[in-house]
Amino acid sequence: MRELLLILVPVAGAALAAAWPNERTRPWLLPAVGLAHTALAFWLLLRPPAVPAAAWLGFDQLARAVLPVVSLLFLVCAAYAVPYLGLRAERRNRVFVASLLAVLGLMSAAHQARHLGLLWITTEAVTLATVPLLHFNGTPRAFEATWKYLLIGGTGIALSLLGTFFLGYAYIYGGGSGDLTFVALMAHGPALSRPWVLAGWVLLLAGYGTKMGLAPMHTWKPDAYGEAPAIVGAMLAGGVTTVAFAALLRVRAVVDSAGEAAVTGRTMLAIGLFSMLVAALFLLGTRDFKRMLAYSSVEHMGILASGAAFGRAGLWAVLFHVWNNSLTKGALFLSAGTIRRAAGARTTDEVSGMLAVTPQSAAIFVAGTLAISACPPFGPFFSELRVLRAAFETGHGAGGGIFLACLAFAFFGMTRLVLAIVDGRPRVSARTGARRIRETAGVVLPPLVLLGLSLWLGLATPAPLREAWSAAVDQLSPAP
Amino acid sequence: MSAYVNLLIGLAMGLNLLALGSSRMPSVIRIVAAQGVALGLVPFLMEERFGWLVALVAAGTVAVKGLVIPNLLHRAMRATKIDREIEPSIGFVASMLLGAGGTMAAVDGARLLPLLGEHAGTMLVPGALASIFTGFILLIGRVTAISQVCGYLILDNGIYLFGLLLIHSTPLLVESGILLDLTVAVFVIGIIMDRIQRAFDSLDTRKLTVLRE
Repeated sequence: MRELLLILVPVAGAALAAAWPNERTRPWLLPAVGLAHTALAFWLLLRPPAVPAAAWLGFDQLARAVLPVVSLLFLVCAAYAVPYLGLRAERRNRVFVASLLAVLGLMSAAHQARHLGLLWITTEAVTLATVPLLHFNGTPRAFEATWKYLLIGGTGIALSLLGTFFLGYAYIYGGGSGDLTFVALMAHGPALSRPWVLAGWVLLLAGYGTKMGLAPMHTWKPDAYGEAPAIVGAMLAGGVTTVAFAALLRVRAVVDSAGEAAVTGRTMLAIGLFSMLVAALFLLGTRDFKRMLAYSSVEHMGILASGAAFGRAGLWAVLFHVWNNSLTKGALFLSAGTIRRAAGARTTDEVSGMLAVTPQSAAIFVAGTLAISACPPFGPFFSELRVLRAAFETGHGAGGGIFLACLAFAFFGMTRLVLAIVDGRPRVSARTGARRIRETAGVVLPPLVLLGLSLWLGLATPAPLREAWSAAVDQLSPAP
Repeated sequence: MSAYVNLLIGLAMGLNLLALGSSRMPSVIRIVAAQGVALGLVPFLMEERFGWLVALVAAGTVAVKGLVIPNLLHRAMRATKIDREIEPSIGFVASMLLGAGGTMAAVDGARLLPLLGEHAGTMLVPGALASIFTGFILLIGRVTAISQVCGYLILDNGIYLFGLLLIHSTPLLVESGILLDLTVAVFVIGIIMDRIQRAFDSLDTRKLTVLRE
């Protein structure tokens, strides 16, 4: 019952937001729902409910290992949203608030989906619900980004549906009934029809990979992240991508149970390393700090995909990395949002010296950049170290080497751009902009909290989380 | 029964080629609508004794694909007051030849796939593969938003056709979910086209090039 509340509370909140009459007080629904959701998610994390094997929806071990961080990220973003929407009083926020809450509810449903068809439906619903968020700014550039997001995302959705059908047909061809829950599919694994399973895997990897933003299906990402408000970027990079990644892990467990673990491992490693390489090259070239965050997200999706190929230890490490990525990326997006508003521009050609204009946000942005490029003692350092160790332990020496090289290039690219933005003398336009937009506690504290959480995860990873990740690994890839 | 099913799917495959060769937008929209209706009728012919849920889903498909979507697209087209000639980036003859090649490959390739006895005699799989291929050609080879949406719809028809293989065994909840998502997708596409048009006064996606590296 509690696990259903994770879905119902945000959806009810969305309905309430749609009906709420007052523009000024409506944003407060976001932190209210976020608080309830986070409390519920962490209660479930510490006291996991029993999940019936045949249930279509359930707070199972994988949901337990990933969903709480999405919830936590939402809460912090919601706290940032109240002052943000106050600053943007010129735009109506009814659709924005309602959609954001609906996205939270649908993400909770997608993370808990234990049925192949239901997983696809909820994942697609998340994509559709994010569309109004992307063109909140209402500029022609925002519309262009939204169009690309819809067309590329829609094609990805179509491919994953076809893959879902292929997997379903493999099951029926192998003599299965009509029960498409993952438990039934995995139990039936060896009997699944190989050609359909493999074709289905390719399509599902392409489909859900599009949603994650793995290269070469990442092209919507820089546009969408660049044009969307900071909160939306944070929720996309730290929340929606985790939905697609968890979906990929669930589907992969089925394909593995059909005896194709070598194929899934190799394809995920290849696409993951390719994403990291593409991201590193673009990070070395881009001049726009919001698009930089998008390429960094492509890089981290690559880390997740390739890390998942390195056996059980790698899987554990990437679940750890999901938390680190969501929290650290959230801090980066939120601080970048403040910098962007004060500077009134986004490229190194127009922005510099932000350390003098918005000192706190700029400092958080620098620290966040170091954190996300795996500088100790922040969380990402430890999870990436574990991924690397798993790579060498499972005999993927070359893969580990490429992994490390891409991380180094990405680090050069990101620090180059970030230093160009915070260092030097501020532009005149930024000075006047800063007078309009002050760094209030409301916009500084949320990213600081996220950065603190990332640090905490690195220094002292809580035992319940370690235990949840281990349990999720057991669910996805049963110990031999 | 299977003969009628094959006839409808054959018709849909012919419509694929027509859509590829058509140079006017209203006719492409009509072709997509006709294909949607033809494929929407397939479940009625496949089932010996169909339940009311199957009938409801099939009727819903016919209504959405035959009426709602074409209406939305016609309205979008009128609102933009654009040139009704389609500008292809892959020429009409080239795309028809590609489509014909793809259709032949789909018919031939489907024989290599492992299929259950009751599906082996139908054109469901070749029809699905051919439509998916056609949809991709239109998505890549046309530059206006409405033609791309038509390509997406043909791609969707192909996937729907493949889904019919599972109609006996998967719960209808999944099928109706798919239909629901199709409707929502079209609504969102409609909104976006409206917004894009207001912002750009054109639905030429080649003009959407501000965002680049």
